[in-house]
Amino acid sequence: MPQVMDADRMSRALTRIAHEILERNGTRGTSDLALVGIRTRGVPLARRIAHALHDINKGHPDAADVPTGALDITLYRDDLMRHAVGPQPVVRRTEIPFSIDDRRILLVDDVLYTGRTIRSALDALIDFGRPRSIQLIVLIDRGHRELPIKADYVGKNLPTSRKQSVRVRLQEIDGEDEVLLDEAAEVA
Amino acid sequence: MLNSRHLLGIADLTPDEIALILDTAGAMTEIAARPIKKVPTLRGRTVVNLFFEPSTRTRTSFEVAEKRLSADTLSIAVAQSSVSKGETLLDTVRNLEAMAPDMIVMRHSSSGAPHLLARLCRSVIINAGDGMHEHPTQALLDAFTIREHKQRLDGLKIAIVGDLLHSRVLRSNVQLLNKMGAEVWACAPPTLMPADLARFGVRPTTSIDEAVGGADVIMMLRIQHERMHGHFIPSTREYFTLFGLTPERVARAKSDVIIMHPGPMNRGVEIDSDVADGPYSVILEQVANGVAVRMAVLYLLAGQETVTD
Repeated sequence: MPQVMDADRMSRALTRIAHEILERNGTRGTSDLALVGIRTRGVPLARRIAHALHDINKGHPDAADVPTGALDITLYRDDLMRHAVGPQPVVRRTEIPFSIDDRRILLVDDVLYTGRTIRSALDALIDFGRPRSIQLIVLIDRGHRELPIKADYVGKNLPTSRKQSVRVRLQEIDGEDEVLLDEAAEVA
Repeated sequence: MLNSRHLLGIADLTPDEIALILDTAGAMTEIAARPIKKVPTLRGRTVVNLFFEPSTRTRTSFEVAEKRLSADTLSIAVAQSSVSKGETLLDTVRNLEAMAPDMIVMRHSSSGAPHLLARLCRSVIINAGDGMHEHPTQALLDAFTIREHKQRLDGLKIAIVGDLLHSRVLRSNVQLLNKMGAEVWACAPPTLMPADLARFGVRPTTSIDEAVGGADVIMMLRIQHERMHGHFIPSTREYFTLFGLTPERVARAKSDVIIMHPGPMNRGVEIDSDVADGPYSVILEQVANGVAVRMAVLYLLAGQETVTD
């Protein structure tokens, strides 16, 4: 299984995304930004971007830390009740310890593929309030969209076939930072 | 993943399945704190609440859980149903099934009624209390409440005191707590003590002081007059004197004891008002947790293979 991104490139991609966020939202604009990571791997990625934003803005008089939340989209999936067989996905806790009303929300996920996860996440987020805007951050965009969804910040565009599977591994969960491209389709 | 299509009793669940239900319920609690207390998970699913016995807490708890998961619900109470016109249980349910519900939540005064339906009907059956047999969602919400406070179930001393003979809550709780490794003490007057309780790994006693001494959890059960066809206790006054939970008796338990009651409470019969409203009481938390636990059960059962014919 070939590695398509190592730890160093992952860290640089996330730092670049942090710079792009500030560029697009104004360097002093961090006060109404909030990061929301999609479980599982979007959550540590969101935390790392929050760190990167903190490091860049360090010493800036108006700098404020960007709050980070975790979103579980299981209850919003469109394929939940369509599994004829197979286990129900495990529901995990959604933790958004701040009001999303009038904030600019940065939604974070590891891989953008069909777009269905993001569709679910948008529905879930809207149930928590009315954000001023929602922007999408993904580490890997592998194409094959089934819905009209597009990322605002992309760590790496990775052309793939549907048979392949992309595996993002993170220090916090898997003990290592890397992205792998597997040939045989696997159940995610 | 649950192995059974139905939830008929704690007897059918493995410790892993119990843990899965409790963990899923943990994730569901957050929904009650949202501005919009609703997720779209069971959209388009129909759940029938069929209650052949009066119930306020359990029925409303199931209804709230169903609505929070966006299911379509209809509740049928026995008084207004055709059962009073002489229809049999099976005919009632077959007629309801002709309208293609996905799940039936049922309470019935006969032990085993939901098991009969599970064998003969297509719908997923959830037992909301059958006679003196089981009340699985009550035991699950009790376990959830204990775990929230003690972070575990194994090794805890749990005293269950009251009308044990007529209690399905006891029968479900004993099985669940046993499976999860708790030490269960059961206390009742000899007339309200079921035979061979010890066979279920329970320590029976007629002394409430012995039962609650050093307990981590005290669970009080109501005297079920409606199921008593005879004289089991001389008077409720005497019962309170010998078996009622008073502040003095609570003082014999651990200093961080929690007091539970599945409701409805009879103040001054099995529990003193000062205890029911006191600092150790988690009785209202049990009610709130009931919704999350029932959401978890509905979610886990809804995704299973549906039988089509």
